[in-house]
Amino acid sequence: MTLPLHGIAVKVRGLNLEHPWQVIRAHAATNPSGHAADAALIKSQDDVAAAIGSGFKKAIVIGEVLANGLDEMPGVVNLADQYEYLADGDILGLQAGTRHFRTLYRRSSTHNSFLVTERCNHYCLMCSQPPRDIDDRWILDEIKAAILLVDPQTKSFAFTGGEPLLEWRTFIEVLEQCRDMLPNTAVHVLTNGRAFANNAVVSAWEGVRHPNLMAAIPIYSAVDCVHDYVVQAQGAFHDTVLGVLKLKDRGQRVEIRVVLHAITAPRIVDTCRWIARNLPFVDHVALMGLENTGFTLANMDLLWIDPVDYKEALARAVEYLVFAGVKVSIYNLPRCVLAKSTWPFAVQSISDWKNGFVEACDACIERPRCSGFFTSGRPKYSRGVTPILARLEAIA
Amino acid sequence: MSRFLPAEAFHGTENAIQLLPLRFERAGYGGYLVSNMVGDFVRLSTDEFHRLVEGNVIPGDDLYEKAFAAHLVSRAGQTAQLQVVAARLRSRMAFLREPSALHMFVVTLRCEHSCPYCQVSRQSTDKSRFDMTEDTAERALSIALESPAAHIKIEFQGGEPLLNFPLIAKIVENAIQAAPKVGKEVEFVIASNLALLTDDILAYCKRNSILLSTSLDGPEDLHNRNRPRPGGNSYKLAVNGIKAAQKALGTDRVGALMTTTEASLDRVEEIIDEYVALGLDGVFLRPLSPYGFAVKTKQIKKYDAKRWLDFYKRGLHYILDINRAGQDFFEFYTLLLLRRMLTDQPIGYVDLRSPAGIGLGALVYNYDGKVFASDEGRMLAEMGDNTFELGHVDSDNYRSLILSDKLIELVGSSLTQCAPECLNCVYESHCGANPVYHHATQNDPVGIKPLSFFCVRQKGILSTLIDLLDNSPNEAKVLRQWSAM
Repeated sequence: MTLPLHGIAVKVRGLNLEHPWQVIRAHAATNPSGHAADAALIKSQDDVAAAIGSGFKKAIVIGEVLANGLDEMPGVVNLADQYEYLADGDILGLQAGTRHFRTLYRRSSTHNSFLVTERCNHYCLMCSQPPRDIDDRWILDEIKAAILLVDPQTKSFAFTGGEPLLEWRTFIEVLEQCRDMLPNTAVHVLTNGRAFANNAVVSAWEGVRHPNLMAAIPIYSAVDCVHDYVVQAQGAFHDTVLGVLKLKDRGQRVEIRVVLHAITAPRIVDTCRWIARNLPFVDHVALMGLENTGFTLANMDLLWIDPVDYKEALARAVEYLVFAGVKVSIYNLPRCVLAKSTWPFAVQSISDWKNGFVEACDACIERPRCSGFFTSGRPKYSRGVTPILARLEAIA
Repeated sequence: MSRFLPAEAFHGTENAIQLLPLRFERAGYGGYLVSNMVGDFVRLSTDEFHRLVEGNVIPGDDLYEKAFAAHLVSRAGQTAQLQVVAARLRSRMAFLREPSALHMFVVTLRCEHSCPYCQVSRQSTDKSRFDMTEDTAERALSIALESPAAHIKIEFQGGEPLLNFPLIAKIVENAIQAAPKVGKEVEFVIASNLALLTDDILAYCKRNSILLSTSLDGPEDLHNRNRPRPGGNSYKLAVNGIKAAQKALGTDRVGALMTTTEASLDRVEEIIDEYVALGLDGVFLRPLSPYGFAVKTKQIKKYDAKRWLDFYKRGLHYILDINRAGQDFFEFYTLLLLRRMLTDQPIGYVDLRSPAGIGLGALVYNYDGKVFASDEGRMLAEMGDNTFELGHVDSDNYRSLILSDKLIELVGSSLTQCAPECLNCVYESHCGANPVYHHATQNDPVGIKPLSFFCVRQKGILSTLIDLLDNSPNEAKVLRQWSAM
């Protein structure tokens, strides 16, 4: 199933309509809160009374507007039933004037990510978040406000884009805030890494001294022109590789990401052998199945390759990395399309809000350990999808 | 009209494609074996090779992609790829940052064995003349502690060093006291035939974390024939010693080395079985070196490089079969070379480096106080050739030894990076200068490489390994695992 992470509120009342955006944290109605951003989470009639009793000045109301007592609540944002998943501690970004909102953070999720900007200096053939050339610098302010509300017990979250480092000075401030407010939260930044070719950016990044920060940077090929083609930007390979070197030279943590599709998968052995020989000091390599959404839908003919057709190559690619001592994981690919030797590297990577299984999976003994599928976009399934059954000798 | 540009749009015509430095060799199958500045190998067909050197390479022709990924070509004005290569080269040469990490003390030249292949020209009598004195040992230790490496290894050599065990104990105690004061860690090894090993000595080794290294040439008859001693029981004593040391110190605290004689050549499997049976984790298939009695008794002339290579290849295949059957067992020289070939770890093994390991890798303090640039250097001195004598513990310190004109001249003149033959050799990145060997055999620290057993052996082993890595997936898997050790 796919959780809706954004939408338009049914009704917004009594909240600051002039301010272009505000950040609201859902809070248990029974529990008084001193924080101005906290709104009582109301899912039942009982919650209404509790919220008013607890002294809340605003509320998030899920489903049909409840009749009695809500008029006493000064501020109300009313959301449709499908946002039922919202729970204590979750954070919304609301544009009260247009009633647009996004779920910025769910406390129970291990897959939280903050979109930093929709702008990007790449235009990847398979981008799942097609860039838009708009001035959305306000998002960084929204993030700064949201960070203050994130549960300090949160294990990890990510910053994505667009390219988060386009406004690198402000973004560095966000990282400093993470360091100060959320010292126990691992932070993953999905960036194309080109900004790190600039010494000032690497110095600022290093200067944050965040205790658990990882730059996750894509390299799609060992060959400059192939990488540049995939990301649709001349000179990208050069800047990205230079950026990775500079980060590692300063002892910063780097993950290399390779999305597997018809341009990258046929060369995956060469790419991984190249990484193993030339960048064995990176902290992690993620080899990632394609998500059929965003630009991938437009470029399907160019990008689609059935994962079973690169299964053996992927196994060899993993082997090169393992022998070089490089930590490697396979993301987004179900076990039935992977060589068994690579199962130990295959992780349940798909974000909880867009993860699902198909009917064939019901009989599969590997399901509890399997990544399953994306439910987002327009899922396209491998002809190799088939339940893995217990081995005969095990049954006998 | 698509918003996306086709692949050709990124072929980048503004920045000229440049050829980077490369080395090559015509390969048996008609193509070329090519290596880049850091020793990565790539195979090219004759046509591809000619197109590459003529600069007839364009993105999209597959050759560009192959050559770019292998650092054979780059784009003018782009620095990232050159930075990658520079970082790798820096890592590969980083052994230079820990100069003189090995210090060998020849505590006596006496030995109770009488091996005809003895390369150190052992003495059998006259304790007073061939034992190191306490004064000499003390001076030698202070020089060792002056060397810049933070972690040093002191190896006790002979002769049979256990014949002068009290001096070993003295040096160990002094070193343990003095090293922390200069911020150094010291590790100790005794190279012994173990014939004189006692429980007391083992207990001492245990207390002071001393490693043992011994000689085991193979099955009993072969070993005893190679290594005669009164009683003809060298094999029994060595095997008992290994077992006792494994028990007392741990299996990883004792190692053995074999020396190949003519009588070994047909028996590599038996030799390896012997090592496996003893629970040793690997074997070092090691040819005779042209020093000492090995030359005098003409042992060295009894086989040529080709026969030795056949011996090595048979042994390697036998060992790979053992591994494929599920048991980890190494050939240590192969393991070293694989780490050189498949990783950029700095490997400072003294014979396999350029700048050479003489002095910069090891210093040898002879029983008489003379200091040599390598173990082989003192072996030559016993044959009347003092080329590698750097000085004396009484009159020199670390600086004067390491900066002596003699050492600088020997190191500087033997660099494989610019020596004839080596300079263009496709295997250069994985080889070493070895000036002592070439001086000993050709009276020249550089030597004529096609006449060198060392060179033929290196090329033979490296080409065997490249062939296995490229063409034998099952063997390649084992070899890759070794490189990660």
